[in-house]
Parts: sequence; structure tokens; C-alpha cells
Amino acid sequence: MIFLAAQVLPGDVARRILGPFADQASVDALSKELGTDRSLIAQYWGWISSFVTGDLGQSPAQSRPVSDIVVDAIVASGKLALLAFIIVVPLAIAGGVVAAMNEGSLRDRLISVGGLSATAIPEFVWAVLFILVFSLGLGLFPTTAQFPEGAGIFTQIKYLLLPALCLVCVLFGYIARMARAGTIEALEADYTRTAVLKGLAQRTVIRRHVLRNSLLPTIAVVATQAGYLIGGLVIIELIFNYQGIGLALARAATQKDIPVLQSGILIIGVVYLVATLIADILYSVLNPRVRLEAAE
Amino acid sequence: MSVPGQPAPAGATEIGTASPAVVGARSDDSRVATKERLALLMRSKSFLAGAVVVGFFVLCAIFGELIVKDPLASDPINDLIAPSADSWLGTDKLGRDVFSRVIVGARDILIVAPLATILATVLGTALGLITGYFRGVVDDVLSRIIEAFLALPVIIMGLLVAVALGPSKTTLILTIGILFAPLISRTVRAAVLTERELEYVSAARLRNERTPYILFGEILPNVMGPIIVEFTVRLGYAIFTAAGLSFLGFGIPAPSPDWGLQVSEHYSLISGGFWWPVLFPSLAIAALVIGVNLIADGVASAFER
Repeated sequence: MIFLAAQVLPGDVARRILGPFADQASVDALSKELGTDRSLIAQYWGWISSFVTGDLGQSPAQSRPVSDIVVDAIVASGKLALLAFIIVVPLAIAGGVVAAMNEGSLRDRLISVGGLSATAIPEFVWAVLFILVFSLGLGLFPTTAQFPEGAGIFTQIKYLLLPALCLVCVLFGYIARMARAGTIEALEADYTRTAVLKGLAQRTVIRRHVLRNSLLPTIAVVATQAGYLIGGLVIIELIFNYQGIGLALARAATQKDIPVLQSGILIIGVVYLVATLIADILYSVLNPRVRLEAAE
Repeated sequence: MSVPGQPAPAGATEIGTASPAVVGARSDDSRVATKERLALLMRSKSFLAGAVVVGFFVLCAIFGELIVKDPLASDPINDLIAPSADSWLGTDKLGRDVFSRVIVGARDILIVAPLATILATVLGTALGLITGYFRGVVDDVLSRIIEAFLALPVIIMGLLVAVALGPSKTTLILTIGILFAPLISRTVRAAVLTERELEYVSAARLRNERTPYILFGEILPNVMGPIIVEFTVRLGYAIFTAAGLSFLGFGIPAPSPDWGLQVSEHYSLISGGFWWPVLFPSLAIAALVIGVNLIADGVASAFER
């Protein structure tokens, strides 16, 4: 199955990128800076082949190679996204499982409704609230995320915690809801009843029978949330003035810095696809049924 | 149920023609179902709470300008004044009254988000009906195109479109409408896939009805439930996305008192202690979004079985 996914997905890259890219190419034609007299397809081909060899051209706005800008930004954003994921995934899964075990209780309502409201509120609103309370009110955290050059890992985390928390708020509700739905389904399934009737300890039943099945849909959701995460990064990085891919894109969009915009967006597309692929792989590792089908 | 051609039972002579009565009975059934759903909705606490919040903002959007000071009147001498008796929520960096701007700021988002969601729902429903009903090649081709649209996060796509076309309310409505349509079409398609196997669809096909009639006359009314739920859920996301794009400067253009734009214009002043032009529009967005989500929650529990 992994092989199959790997075979299909690269074909998808070209096809998927072509959609958004067609827009991009018309943007090029408008800006005329790039002397776009070739056909769209020729441009696209020339650009994609130099992309593969690592040559992304120069940024007219910053007169630095695009690859430098984009690579630095991706590394910076990766740190922020990683911190957010490390916090949100265990938290949301735990929240979802707790809500499911107490289905219908006050705790369940609190986690479900609270989580969903948290998800629905835009990132920058969270950012404003967090900055007001934790930075200006309590003086615990800095108001920007841009840590000093050469800062140690703990200083970096201190600077990145507030922006990461904003992303956590936005991601929490959805992941928790999927974990909850999956757990409820698994709790009601026949195999769980069998396990209980066999006399297994409750902890064993939960860990071996319920969690293993309930986490499957959750993992798929975590991967699809990569899209929201990236969208969130653009906004969060702007408000916390953090030099990541989001800020790079927003700045490139304002300055009409087309090469940076193109490369940044292509990389986001690739990251997004890789995340989906990883989810597929994890899914098959965790799901014995998919493994069996692949073996046959 | 009486069938034409059969002798009418005694005492049933007032049922003159049988078939209109049958049709009447069917629409009565659906009317009762709608009534029951509305009654359920009215009993749902979250729906009522959401309706109050959203209703308040709708009133602000319609009548706000008549009551409060001019939200666009700038007064550079009195800029960034802290909340006081004279201006309840303070003034912004151009000396405009924050309270007025928060109240009237409801207008643009309440025009953009619902229109975008309606556009998305109409497009998405049509797409979903077509892909779900025909399956095969049509489904494959349309689904691939839809996947291409979903390959990038909505905010990023919105950014691209705004750069290409320049930010305006129309651009924003079209962008969100078109980007959300595939998401809605997936839900509709899933519902249609089960409906198309049901007998009433085969019956319509056997009656030799035209395909558009089967799609929109027969299947559509039966998948309205999920569509309405999807609409309310997407409305929340539309507000979220529109506010996000406005914050980035690619949404509703200045000098509109739009909330996202207000936050965007003032967030850099927050570390200087000028919190009021940022906090109040932020809270307004949060309140509106939570209101819409409460409505969506109520609608979902009333319409899903």
C-alpha cells in the first residue's frame, strides 16, 4: 500500500500544483517583471525543472537567492509548528478520550463545546488575548517570537510558547472531536464488549482495544490539520513578527515578490502532501486490517 | 391509501380524486417534519443563545450607524485616547471612536461571510449532486479538479487570489465562495451516494423523468438536512477566513471599520500599552464566531436524525 501511495502521489504533485500554479502564472503575466513572453506551460516547465535542481532564482525585493530566504523560513516555521504539535496532539487526544469515557457528562460538554469554540476563533484573536494577558498583564513572555541570535533551546521555547499556544487553541477542538468520536465508536464495538467479557482489566481493554482503533481516524485528521496549521502560521508569524515561511509569504504577497511567493507556496504544497503520505503510512502501520490486505 | 381505478370505500366519497390527495399527504408529511425540526430547534439552548448573539450583531450591522458616532470621522488630535465616559472604548490611531467602529464593523463581515457561504453552498450542492449521481468519469474528473483546489490551505489560496486581483469585498466573497464549494460538495456527494440507490430515485428514472428534475426535484429535497447543517458550519469558517484575510490586509479594504482590519491596523501598538483598539474588535469577532457555532450546533442536532 505504501508503494502504491508513493506511486500515485508524485503524479498528484504535478497535477495538484498545476491548479494553483495556473493562477500564479497569470500573476506573472501581470507583473511583467519576469518578461513572461513564453507560454504558460513552457514557463511552468522551466520553473519546475529549476526548482527540482534547487535553483529558485533571485528575490527582486530582497536581492537574496530565493532558496536562502525560503530555507531559513521553513526551518524557523518548522520549529514553531513542531512545538505546537508536541503540545496539541497528546493534549487533544487525551481530551477527546476523557470526553468519550464520560460521554454526556459536564466534562464532556466542556471539552467538546469549549474545544470547538477555541477552534472557531481566529488565531490572531487568540494572539491578542495571550499577548495582553501573559506578556503585558503578567510579564511572563515576550511580545515577539523572534528569539535573539544563538539563543539556547529553553530561551527559544520561551519565545515560541505564546505563538505555539495560539496554534494549539485552533487545532485542539478538531483533533479532540475526532479522538472523541473514534473512542466512542470503539467503546461501543463488539470487540470491546468481548474483551470486557473475557475479564480483561479495564486499562488493558482501553489501551489495546479501544485506543488502537480510536486513534486511527485521529491520525488522519492530524495530517489534514497540517493545512490549517500552515494557514495559521501565516497569521501568527505576522502578529508575533517571527521570521518564518508565513511571514515570508505575507511579505512577498505585499511586495509582489513573485519568486519567493511561488517557491514558498510550492514548498507548502509539498509539505502538505508529505504530511498526507506520512498519515497514510502511520495509518497502515497501526491498522492490522490494512496490513493484511497489503500482504495478500 | 386509495388508488385511482379502485372503488372508493363507502363514506369516502368526499375524496373525489385520489392522486391529488396522495400528493397532498406527502407534502403534509414533509411540512410536519419541518415543523418538528423547528420545534426541536426552538428547544435547543445552544441555538437560542447563538441566535441572540448573532441577532445582536445583525441589528448592529443594520441600525448601528444611526445610533453611534460616525465610525469614519477621524480626529487626529484625540488619537489613542483610553476608554472614557466620552468615548466608551477609546479612540484609535486616527482618533476614530472604537465603540462606533466595533458596532458598525459588524456590517461588512455580515455581508461578506453569508454571501460567500451561499455561493459556496449553491456551487457545492450542484457539484455534489452531479458527482454523486453520475459517478464514473464525470465524478473522477470533477473530483480531481476539486482535489487540486484543496491542495493548498484556504488562507494561502486567498492570499494568492488577493495578490492577483487586488483586495475587495467582491474578491473576498468569490474567493471564499469558490474555495469552500468543494468542501460542501464532498458532504453533498456522500449524501447523494446513498440516496441514489433508494427506490424513489429508480421510480423517477422509470417514469422517464429528465435528469435535472431527478437531481433537483427528487434528490435535492431529501439531502436538504445535511446541506443546511453544512451551511451553518461553513458560515462560521467563512467568518474565520474573512477575518484572517482582513487581518493580513488581503480582505475587506480600508477604511472599512471591519474588525479584522482594525486589529491589523493596531496590533503593532499593543506593546506600547494601547490595547483598546485591538482588544474590542477581537472580542467582537470571537463573540460572533461563537454565536454562529452555537447556532450550527443547534441546527446539527435538530437536523441530523
